[in-house]
Amino acid sequence: MREWLLTESPASRMQASAGRAYRAGGQLLRNPLAVVGGLIILLLIVTAAAAPLIAPASPFGQDLANRLMPPSAAHWMGTDELGRDIFSRVIYGARITLMIVALVAIISAPLGLVIGAVAGYFGGWTDRILMGVTDVFLSMPKLILALAFVAALGPGIENAIIAIAITAWPAYARIARAETLTFRNSEFVAATRLLGASHGRIILRHVLPLCTSSMIIRVTLDMAGIILTAAGLGFLGLGAQPPLPEWGAMISRGRVFILDQWWVATMPGFAIIIVSLGFCFLGDGLRDALDPKSAGKS
Amino acid sequence: MTEPLLSVENLCVSFPTNRGRINVVDGVSFDLGRERLGIVGESGSGKSMTGRAILRLIRPPGRVSADRLRFEGQDLLSLPERKMRNIRGARISMVMQDPRYSLNPVMTVGRQIAEALRTHERLGRAATRARVRDMLEAVQINDPDKVARMYPHEVSGGMGQRVMIAMMLIPRPQLLIADEPTSALDVSVQAQVLKLIDDLVRDHGMGLILISHDLELVARYCDRILVMNAGRVVERCAAGELDQATHPYTRGLLSAVPKMNETRAELPVLDRSQWEGT
Amino acid sequence: MTTAISLTDLDISYDGTRVVEGVTFDVAVGESFALVGESGSGKSTVLKAIAGLAPEWTGGMKVMGQERGHGPNKRLAHVCQMVFQDPYGSLHPRKTVDAVLTEPLVIHRIGDRDARVEEALRQVGLDRRFRFRYPHQLSGGQRQRVAIARALMLEPKIMLLDEPTSALDVSVQAEILNLLKRLRAEQGLTFLMVSHDLPVVGFMCDRIAVMTKGQIVEIAPADALHDGAFTNPYSRALYAASGGA
Repeated sequence: MREWLLTESPASRMQASAGRAYRAGGQLLRNPLAVVGGLIILLLIVTAAAAPLIAPASPFGQDLANRLMPPSAAHWMGTDELGRDIFSRVIYGARITLMIVALVAIISAPLGLVIGAVAGYFGGWTDRILMGVTDVFLSMPKLILALAFVAALGPGIENAIIAIAITAWPAYARIARAETLTFRNSEFVAATRLLGASHGRIILRHVLPLCTSSMIIRVTLDMAGIILTAAGLGFLGLGAQPPLPEWGAMISRGRVFILDQWWVATMPGFAIIIVSLGFCFLGDGLRDALDPKSAGKS
Repeated sequence: MTEPLLSVENLCVSFPTNRGRINVVDGVSFDLGRERLGIVGESGSGKSMTGRAILRLIRPPGRVSADRLRFEGQDLLSLPERKMRNIRGARISMVMQDPRYSLNPVMTVGRQIAEALRTHERLGRAATRARVRDMLEAVQINDPDKVARMYPHEVSGGMGQRVMIAMMLIPRPQLLIADEPTSALDVSVQAQVLKLIDDLVRDHGMGLILISHDLELVARYCDRILVMNAGRVVERCAAGELDQATHPYTRGLLSAVPKMNETRAELPVLDRSQWEGT
Repeated sequence: MTTAISLTDLDISYDGTRVVEGVTFDVAVGESFALVGESGSGKSTVLKAIAGLAPEWTGGMKVMGQERGHGPNKRLAHVCQMVFQDPYGSLHPRKTVDAVLTEPLVIHRIGDRDARVEEALRQVGLDRRFRFRYPHQLSGGQRQRVAIARALMLEPKIMLLDEPTSALDVSVQAEILNLLKRLRAEQGLTFLMVSHDLPVVGFMCDRIAVMTKGQIVEIAPADALHDGAFTNPYSRALYAASGGA
C-alpha cells in the first residue's frame, strides 16, 4: 500500500492526489508537537460528539445542596454556584466551542479567501476598493468590533458567531491577496489565459488552490484566538446565554468565587488553554508539512 | 617541485536525500598553479559545489571530505572557522552568477566594496576610499565616484558584475573562483567581463577557476579544462586540445551545441547509456 | 492565405512607457521566423502582444489574415499558442501533467480527452508513466515537453516560442530543439521564435529580425549567419560578440 502511494509514476488522478496527501500526512506525523496538537483536537471532537455518553451528570441539573463543592471523587471538577457538575458542563461546553470554531472558520475563511484572491488577481481599482474595505475592518480592534455587532444584533451564541466571523475574515483576505500576488504574473497563469480560460476559471481553479495551504495554516492558528474571543464575549455576557455551559461564560460566573472556590473559574480556563494550545501546535505542524519546499521529501 | 597553489585530491561532497546520502561531488582531484582552469558541466554535475567546497561554504547537512585539500601549503579541511574566514576573500575569492542576488540591495556599491576591504585590512577612511576608487577604475568603470554612490538596483547587469569583481579582487587574493560569472549577462557584455577577469588574473599572477556550462567559453579563456558529469571528472585536457577530447560525454556536449554555420538537420542527442551516472 | 502573422508599425507600451516602436514584418504560413536581440530589446514584448498578453499597443496586427483585438481571445486560442521560457514557472505546481493537458480540452469542451492526452504525450516523447506526475517530479526538459504538449492540444497553426530552451542544459536543449523542428515538419506549423542565441536561431529558423531598444534594425535570411552578411552595424556587432567570425 505504501509503495502504491509513494510510487514515482502514479497511474491515475486518484493515486497521484492520494500520494501527495500521504506524503504531507507523513511529514505532519513526524513532528511530535503537531501530533500532540492533533490528539488534543481529536479529543475535543470526540468529547463533543460523545458528550451524553461521557458526562457523568446533566450539565443543567441543579443541586443547591451541593453548591460550590471542591473537586472530589463524585465531582471531578467540583460543582458551581448552582450545584451543577462542572466536569459535565466542561464536556458539554466542548460542543459549543467546536460549533463556534467550525462555523466561524466556515463563514470567514472562504469569504476572506475569495475577496483576497480577486483583489490580488485583478489589481488596480478592484484591488484598491477591496483592500480599502478590508483595511477598515482590520483597523478596528477585534473584540470591540465583535462587541458592537453583538450589541446591535442582540446577545446569543449565533450572533456571537456572526460577529466573530466578521472580524476574522480581513486577515484571511490579506493573506490570500499576498499569496496571489506572488504568482499572478507567473507564466502558468499567462499560459492558461492564452488557452482561452476566463478570469473566473483561473481564479477558481488555479489561484484559489494555491492559496489554500497558507489559509489552512492561518485558520488553524487563529482558532485559539477565536476561542478566546468567544470566551471573552461569553465572559461579558454577550455570547452564549445562561444556562448554556460555554467556557467563557463559566469563567465569568466563577470570577466572584475565584479566591475561595477557584475551581469554578479555573477548570473551564484549563479547557480553553489546552484546546488553544492544541490548535497552535497543529497549525505550526501544518505549516511545516504543507510548505511546498518540503514537498519533495517523503 | 614547488607545491601547487591549490591541491585537491578525492574531494567528496554529500547531501542527504530520501534515498540515502548522495555524493554530488564524487572523488574530484586536480592541482592548480597560477594558471586558469575551467570546470565545465551541466546542472547537477557538481561543478558549483566543487567551488563552494574549496571555500568551505557548504553547511550541514552537506558534508565535505577529501584526501587532500591544500591551499598555499595549508590544509583547508582542518582549519578552524576563524582562520578560514581570513582566507575567504583575502586569499581565495569567489565571483558568482547574478549580481542582482549576490550584492546587498540596501547598501551602496562603494560601501560594499569598502567593507570587503575593511574585513581584511585596516585602513583609514580616506585610504579606503582611494583604494575603492582605484579598484573601480581597474574594472573599467568610467565614473568611479558616481558609481560608488549607487545602489545595486541602479546599475546594469554588466556593471554589477564588474562591481562584484572589484569587491572580490580588492583584498588581492591569490585564487579567484568564478562561478558562471557571465551567464546572467548579455552576449555583448559577456566578452568584456571575461576579458576583464582574464586581464586582472594575469596582471596579478593569480590562479583562476572558471566554472561554466559553456564549453566554448571555457576553451577560450582557460589553459586547462575539466569536464564534470554527475559529480565526477570525466575528461581533462588542455584548452587547445578540446576537439581531440575522448570521453563520449564531452564529445556529445561538443556536438549537441548548434554552431553558427549550422548545416545539420538534427542535433545529435547525448546517449546517456554510454557512461555510468545519471 | 499565405501570411500567418502581419505586423505593421506596431508600437507597444507598458504603463505609458513605449518599449517597442514601429515594428513591421510578415511571417508566412509554414515559415520559421526569429526575433533576436539582447535583454531589453523588446523582442519578448512583441510576442506577448501577438498573444494578447500585452494589451497596450497601436498599429496593425493581423493573425491568419484577420485583425486582432488587444486581449486574449478564445477563438484565437485555436490558431496561436505560446511556449514560455521558464519551465519551472509555466506549469501550475499543484496540477498533474494530466490536469495541465486536459485543461484546454475542458475549456473548449472538446471530448475524447483520454485519447488526446495520451496522443499529446506520445507526440512530445513523454512516456505514459509521466501522465500523473506533478511538476516537481519532472526535470526541466520534461516540463518543457509538457508545456509544448499543452500548446499543441488545441491544434494551433502558429506557435510563439519565447526562448524555449535558454533555461535548459545544452544536452536537453538539443532534444527540445529537435522535437520542435520535428513537430513543425509533421504539422506544418508556423514558428515565431524569440531568442538571444544566434546559433540556436540558425538551426531553427528561416529568417531573422534583429531588434535593439524596441526597434527592428535588420531583417535577414538565416543564411546570413553562415557568413555574417549583415548590413546594420548593430547586427554585425551582435554577430561578432556571439562568436561569429
